[in-house]
Amino acid sequence: MIRIAVTFALMAPAAIAGEIWVTNEKDDTISVISTETLEVIQTYETGERPRGIIFSRDYSRVYICASDSNTVQVMDPETGKILNDLPSGDDPEQFVLHPNDRHLYIANEDDAITTVVDTETRKVIAQIDVGVEPEGMAVSPDGKIAITTSETTNMAHWIDTETQKLFANTLVDSRPRHAEFVKDGTEMWVSAEIGGTITVFSTADQTELAKIEFAVQGVHPDRIQPVGFEFTAGDTHAFVALGPSNHVAVVNAETYEVEDYILVGRRVWHMAFNADRSLLFTTNGVSGDVTVIDVAARKAIKSIKVGRFPWGAAFRPTD
Amino acid sequence: MILTNLVRQLIAMAVAMLVPAGLWAETSLTIGYLKIAQPRPPTLSNLDPVPEDSGFAGARTGLQDNLTTGKFLDQTYELITAAVGEGEDPLAAAREMLAATPYLVIDASAADLLNIADLPEASTALLFNVSAGAPDLRSGNCRANVLHTAASDAMRTDALAQVLVQKRWDDLVMIVGTHAADQSYAEAMRRSLTKFGLRLEGEKTWVFDADMRRNAAQEVPLFTQDFGDYDALILADEVHDFGRYVLYNTWAARPVVGSEGLSAVAWSPVIEQWGAAQLQSRFTAQNGREMNAQDYAAWAALRTLGEAVTRTNASDVATLRGYILSEEFELAGFKGRPLSYRDWNGQLRQPIAVAHPRALVAQAPLEGFLHQVNEMDSLGLDRPESMCEVFE
Repeated sequence: MIRIAVTFALMAPAAIAGEIWVTNEKDDTISVISTETLEVIQTYETGERPRGIIFSRDYSRVYICASDSNTVQVMDPETGKILNDLPSGDDPEQFVLHPNDRHLYIANEDDAITTVVDTETRKVIAQIDVGVEPEGMAVSPDGKIAITTSETTNMAHWIDTETQKLFANTLVDSRPRHAEFVKDGTEMWVSAEIGGTITVFSTADQTELAKIEFAVQGVHPDRIQPVGFEFTAGDTHAFVALGPSNHVAVVNAETYEVEDYILVGRRVWHMAFNADRSLLFTTNGVSGDVTVIDVAARKAIKSIKVGRFPWGAAFRPTD
Repeated sequence: MILTNLVRQLIAMAVAMLVPAGLWAETSLTIGYLKIAQPRPPTLSNLDPVPEDSGFAGARTGLQDNLTTGKFLDQTYELITAAVGEGEDPLAAAREMLAATPYLVIDASAADLLNIADLPEASTALLFNVSAGAPDLRSGNCRANVLHTAASDAMRTDALAQVLVQKRWDDLVMIVGTHAADQSYAEAMRRSLTKFGLRLEGEKTWVFDADMRRNAAQEVPLFTQDFGDYDALILADEVHDFGRYVLYNTWAARPVVGSEGLSAVAWSPVIEQWGAAQLQSRFTAQNGREMNAQDYAAWAALRTLGEAVTRTNASDVATLRGYILSEEFELAGFKGRPLSYRDWNGQLRQPIAVAHPRALVAQAPLEGFLHQVNEMDSLGLDRPESMCEVFE
């Protein structure tokens, strides 16, 4: 009976139809997955080594970091056609769109620089010196603060978006990968891949509120490497990709305790939710697939084959 | 080669501080890079010259990484270098450098390294060995003031042995060169084969003095014919003299491993996973060539000091050495696992690549080779195996 109930829940149409767009780092393509049928419905070609992916606020454009083409591509998501390239600085890896829907903050991994690009004028408006191998990017919901994490310098750099200058640098554990503002921007979370932790900062004074550690039974701590993470509705729980441990952790965002570990594909990297956040799609680089997680049940329900080395993921509503 | 003089490389450090001073006071660290020329025996082929700046180029990249990080923390680094030519006095150069800084990165033979470590001036110094692989330096002949970022021969042969076990290539033969480095490698290999339960069914010494470039096709099949059947042929040819002429010329059609063919190395240009592509491209942009294992060892030495300064904000030897050997220390070394130091012999614990010149084949420790503390300690001299006592 339980199985029937679960199956029924899966078949129930989500409130809003949508797609998950996945960048395939070593195929130079994007796989588009339907959040209803859980199948790849489209594959689009991109520039070389696509990684970061993000939609404009009205979903009329999709921005893609084509790292080895040294550009950010702007694609029409209806047709898959590249509309234009944006100057991005060398080797753009990750980026974030400012709430003004106009400024992209881009991490230039090879150059220790964060580049700020105006997507309308297609001009670089600032380049900010940061640590070695910048990667994780975040902007506070009020748009006042941008974050760059640098993998080899092991810091979160706090950028004042008014002046485009650093106003604080906070040390975290080794190889910080991803950053997110949560709880209306009062907290800022940073994952550290080699350190194996997530550090939670208070946005107001950049002090450390908590450090979250992970332990998966039967997996050596060295292989537990937190990378991407996303929050459920209301920011109550974080789902954290743990890289080569092949698990996603579920963290209670109030207590900072880990509640669950979910087995997914190999080298799980980034993730995106569907519209009502009932399903989570994780990119698994080594196994070349996407795992679909039933968020309420905290169980993997399907693997979807995509291209080689899926990296980034982003949701687009289609209704 | 008259380079005993100290070449000072003052890297500009007046980086505009965009950072509030905060808790961090200014800390600066001077690191010396000492290269003592080692006579290189002639080899049959000159196809692969060793870069002049092998090792030092890695230190330069590590310095850049440290400086970029340091500018946010009011921490500065300076790299000074000295090169000692053949026939010149390495100890005088070492003394001169030790007068400037207690932190030395040393590219030298095991004998020269030990002589420097035993100088009275070095008793409170911290030296990093970036080239000598002799297991003895990590065992009976260890020194408390020497850390090893270079992988030991034993780590490399253990890594290769794990691959042999995994592939069930357990019936092995070996050709050993006559140079000391070849002998040392062969010794480490015999130990690894015993450790992992593999059989060495035959062993021959490379005795040819003919020019193999002309007649390898005739000589090598005959030379390898009496090995009979085996699973893989191991070459102990660390000076890279004859090994390249053995591949594809053996009597039996079997893979060649060891110093040529499938090799265990601490670093190789073919490593691109675990973010390594970034380090490779950063290195190549700065130095105009690919990064080798010695460059990696020197990079790791600089980054070890940088990481210790970042986390402790100290510059004295006692604090940095203590932190580096503690459990808190971890270095992100682009090998997929945090690197740390063995507190029984000062060896940098690291995964070892098993690769051929075109691709990575495996990275040891391989899955299934378990260890009660850290799987990386299945490579090289584990605590009970090392006779080093000065670290305890």
